[in-house]
Amino acid sequence: MTSAKQTGNFRKRIQPTIKEARFMLSRLFKSPLSVAGLVLISYNIILAVFAPVIAPNTSGVRQYDQYMIPRDQSLGFWIQPSPPTSGHILGTTSMQVDLFYGCVWGTRFAFQLGLEVIVSTLTIGLILGMISGYYGGFIDEVIMRFTDIILAFPGLILAMVFVAVLGKAGWSTLQAAIFSIILIGWPGYTRLIRGEVLRVRGEDYVEAARAAGASDLRIMARHILPNSIYSVIIVASLDFGSIVLTAAALSFLGLGSPPGYADWGRLIFDGVPFSGSGLTYWWTFVYPGIFIVLFTLGWNLLGDALRDVLDPLSRRK
Amino acid sequence: MGLREYIIRRLLLLIPIMFGVVILIFAVLQFVDPIQRVTLYLRNPRQFAPEVINRYIHIYGLDQPVWVQFYNWLVSIFEGNFGFSAYYKEMVLPGLLARVPATLEIVIFAAPLIILVGIWLGVESAVRKDKAFDQVTRIFSILGTSLPSFFFGVILSAIFIAQLKWVSAGRLTPTLSTELSLLKSSHHWTTYTGLLTVDSLLHLRLDIFVDALKHLALPVLVLVFIQTAVLVRVTRSSMLEALSKTYITAAKAKGLTNNEVIYKHARRNALIPVVTISGLLVGGMMTGLIITETVFLFPGIGQWAATAAQNFDVSVVVVYAMFSAAVFVLANLIVDVLYAYIDPRIRLG
Repeated sequence: MTSAKQTGNFRKRIQPTIKEARFMLSRLFKSPLSVAGLVLISYNIILAVFAPVIAPNTSGVRQYDQYMIPRDQSLGFWIQPSPPTSGHILGTTSMQVDLFYGCVWGTRFAFQLGLEVIVSTLTIGLILGMISGYYGGFIDEVIMRFTDIILAFPGLILAMVFVAVLGKAGWSTLQAAIFSIILIGWPGYTRLIRGEVLRVRGEDYVEAARAAGASDLRIMARHILPNSIYSVIIVASLDFGSIVLTAAALSFLGLGSPPGYADWGRLIFDGVPFSGSGLTYWWTFVYPGIFIVLFTLGWNLLGDALRDVLDPLSRRK
Repeated sequence: MGLREYIIRRLLLLIPIMFGVVILIFAVLQFVDPIQRVTLYLRNPRQFAPEVINRYIHIYGLDQPVWVQFYNWLVSIFEGNFGFSAYYKEMVLPGLLARVPATLEIVIFAAPLIILVGIWLGVESAVRKDKAFDQVTRIFSILGTSLPSFFFGVILSAIFIAQLKWVSAGRLTPTLSTELSLLKSSHHWTTYTGLLTVDSLLHLRLDIFVDALKHLALPVLVLVFIQTAVLVRVTRSSMLEALSKTYITAAKAKGLTNNEVIYKHARRNALIPVVTISGLLVGGMMTGLIITETVFLFPGIGQWAATAAQNFDVSVVVVYAMFSAAVFVLANLIVDVLYAYIDPRIRLG
């Protein structure tokens, strides 16, 4: 058994996959809406990665947490926001907190939060979904009924309960918010992976591995996981937008990050009192909102396009 | 299996799920230590000395094994005692029930609009696929799903409430709302339904009716815009699929008019998957209500619970969560039954 022969086989085996990927990509780049989505996502990624360069801390005050927006002390501690100037191109909000820094670092925060949540929910979903689908029977029943219970609540409401209870128990609301978003997120992936595992479980190569004496763990890790994970990863990555939106909604309700944190939802929450004087202080709530919309719009556009491309019924026409 | 047995079986399945919901909430409550949980039963725990608090912990059995506590908690729930709100200074269950009509009023106006507009837009844009109408609808629907309801709401409230002063925040203009509470306290106003638009008509107070409608406009607009977007998307793709089926070709070949083919053959079949996502819509509505009520200071259960959550008032949030779960699960049951009724393959399969 030579390695050259193996690579040859490997090439032949993944040939259809490459062809499929090329076809999908060409379809994606042909639709203007999905290109717009990709552009928006790249723009957000650039903002997030280069946040320290784009919006450096110029206040001269050392920060203990990069996401705590530095205050311009030359402007004092006025509650009243100051309008956009050359020094603060998006203006400042309550207590002279710089909005440009907040919005740019808010992008970085959105990605960090989204990644944390997706990695955790996917890990939980993968483990439970595989156990559920592979072993079936009683354990499957228990896990599925548990997902039923979590799914019996509209997501944001359950998250609200967790934040209130954990907050009462002394957690910081931000920790509590991330924890609760993870908690409401895993049942969806668990079910999805379970379905995929059920589909793959009966395949010949799994039977073959079992006949060859492979252990359950090996079958799950080497044969079932690689064949059931892709669709779930795609679904999960498209959930980025909605996860960030849920987190922003929690922050908007005052159930997320602390005051002065680089989080779009929190910035809008801080801008709400100023919306009471009409459009006088419009920048305090309009700018953070625009950043959220550009983020979720990107993911929704790409998600829409991907769904069209991946759906075999609607594609080759 | 007939439809009746299907309904009975689904109703029986509700029991374990609701029991699970109760267990989950109880499990979550275990994060909070007994001293803090005593506040669910005491009006003002800070007034009491530690020994008294300890005595109350003992009286309410919070120092007993978990299963005993669970049993006691369950019994008090069945007795309708959900505890006392430290933030609102009232019993939570009456507090919840008093605020249900305000929320219901938004739902009554928003839900039919969402369904009618959503289905109409979805069907028409599928029929005119890739035409200008379709493009505009798709952009509208993508915007609706990308625009956070709180951002949209804050902008609307800044423009129409604070800047133009067309309406005030809340359910009624302050002067009318004072008059209404005076009427109520002097027994000149009977609360028939709690819905201001209905009660005002029954009392022949057109001014209150118009004012209540004006105050409903913005919250309903936000809800409809966001939720319609979801519905349009699903209806459109389902309608497109139906239009590509062979029975459509057959109907056309039979010589039916275009309208007959679209509205009698395609639309009926396209609406089946739309029914299944209505459960999702109910969930979306419930979360949307929290946001819109908070933004427009509309005194419904969503705003009630959100404000309580900000102040870590656990008893309010818990009763709100159980109420929402019950409503959500029931709504999903109705959707499933409706689905089985429309599509016999479900109950037979």
